[in-house]
Amino acid sequence: MSDEVAAARIPGSVSAPRRFAYSVEDCIVVTGRNLRHFVRQPQLLIFSTIQPIMFVLLFAFVFGGAIESSLAPGVAYVDFLLPGIFIQAAAFRSTQTAVGLAEDLDRGVIDRFRAMPIARPAVLIGRTAADLVRNVFVTLLMAAVGYLIGFRFRSGPLDAAGAILVVLAFGFALSWIFSFVGLTVRGAEAAQSAGFVAIFPLVFASSVFVPVSTMPAGLEQFAAVSPVTVSVDAARALSIGGEVSEPLLQSIAWIVGILAIFVPLCVWRYRRMS
Amino acid sequence: MRPAAVTQGLVRRFGETVALGGVDLEVAEGSVVGLLGPNGAGKTTLVRVLATLLRPDEGRAEVFGRNVVTEAGAVRELIGLTGQFAAVDELLSGRENLRMFGRLFRLSRRQSALRASELLERFGLADAGDRPVKTYSGGMRRRLDLASSLIRRPRVLFLDEPTTGLDPRSRNGIWAIARELVGEGMTLLLTTQYLEEADQLADRIAVIDHGRVIAEGTGDELKDNVGGSMVEVRLEQPAERERARDVLLTLGCEEPKTADRPDELTLAAPRDGVGMVAAAARALEEAELSVRDLSLRRPTLDDVFLELTGTTAAVDGESSAEPQPAVEAPAQA
Repeated sequence: MSDEVAAARIPGSVSAPRRFAYSVEDCIVVTGRNLRHFVRQPQLLIFSTIQPIMFVLLFAFVFGGAIESSLAPGVAYVDFLLPGIFIQAAAFRSTQTAVGLAEDLDRGVIDRFRAMPIARPAVLIGRTAADLVRNVFVTLLMAAVGYLIGFRFRSGPLDAAGAILVVLAFGFALSWIFSFVGLTVRGAEAAQSAGFVAIFPLVFASSVFVPVSTMPAGLEQFAAVSPVTVSVDAARALSIGGEVSEPLLQSIAWIVGILAIFVPLCVWRYRRMS
Repeated sequence: MRPAAVTQGLVRRFGETVALGGVDLEVAEGSVVGLLGPNGAGKTTLVRVLATLLRPDEGRAEVFGRNVVTEAGAVRELIGLTGQFAAVDELLSGRENLRMFGRLFRLSRRQSALRASELLERFGLADAGDRPVKTYSGGMRRRLDLASSLIRRPRVLFLDEPTTGLDPRSRNGIWAIARELVGEGMTLLLTTQYLEEADQLADRIAVIDHGRVIAEGTGDELKDNVGGSMVEVRLEQPAERERARDVLLTLGCEEPKTADRPDELTLAAPRDGVGMVAAAARALEEAELSVRDLSLRRPTLDDVFLELTGTTAAVDGESSAEPQPAVEAPAQA
């Protein structure tokens, strides 16, 4: 055994800034491990990439004709649709956060981490951060496919970056909701089902695919305040123009609110597992 | 010598189930303690409490004087844990697993890489080191899991059923590694369902059942309780069972304690060795009993259990009062 390894760290001998640096490093190591998982599962990677592209193409061509008539004059459905699909895909993918955590729990990997002297939140941050990185990749890919079928960011590069940031921030917030689900529900399959039950109605009862003004009154009221709708509206306004500040502020309020509730809830849940 | 691990009056319940019903245990530094019991006896629960994964409801548990609840962080610096289910990352290679754990144990990149190679070599995984773990056999996974616990040399290592489900060859491999670690002076707390395993590795054995330590001693002491070896006879004719028993009783065997299968007899033998087998064979032949099988064997966990509790141990896990860790963890908040 190498000497440098045999020397055990003495508990409590590490300074606070040092400890913080260690915590950051722990988060990075766990994030890296989760990112490797994406790459090591080529099938998962391929299908999770094809799925949003399929949504882009299906909705653009199947519903495009029918829905375009209920849009503001001069707005192409593909321009309307893409920001919605970004959010929809991010929302669906966020359920994978629950699945990933549930799998690690099932396999005892989390127990191993918990019995080691590593930063407590590293497992949770490593998970959500890796899912965020994946979202960056998939969102940019979808935008590229969108460009091939006529989608354009029409408000300049700064607003385009803003639109993508809204998508990523929203996906990140949802990841924390599903972290909580993953830590609470037993088993990866249950986590997957729970995720879809929660996410499907939210995504479809929103402005992702159609303007909410086309929905019946009760549903319209629900859809108008839904975090999905306000985030889609914000991302959409930033990509194709329109009223930005109101939906953007509402979206930020939702995102901050979700994080403020679910980050502490997840940390609490993670600690309570002992 | 000061104890590496101590528990006093440790109680842990899962709903109505009492997994630990007041466990007192002491593991001396540098010793190997085997925790022997059937599934559901509370072994895993005890190890999980000591490894800071589970809070006790009552009682106290310390590792090198550090309380596992109030000083969990300090305890984690001192322990290594290898669970029942090899908790290694299937999608990463063995080397990547070890490097990741190395980084998490504060080794530099270079140190982690070195340490990974060193451990792969030592655990006979050098050739498989760059393959994804999902291609590993059960025995290889356990070895990698064990290696992961040894990145930074722990002061005390908890081995939770390290060989359950392994073939004999892999089991021997794990035993050899455990012996090596003991030779280097590491303290081990080992849980097992197999008396032989505890016997092979442990200095002292604590027998645990229904969340209580019901006996403690060396392997020989425990076996002496049962009365040494067991004679096992299998007859052609179940009807001749009574007569066969009488013949063996005249040789000094004890009354059988359980009704086995109708054509089988198991009795504690008065002595060991070939002579005992020969005497039994001769006596049965002289009595003109047709014997299908005759053997002399060391006592098993079942025999020890029978002696200690009057009931057969549920070695097959039928009465599992101990939930599987993966299921149990999210269940208690």
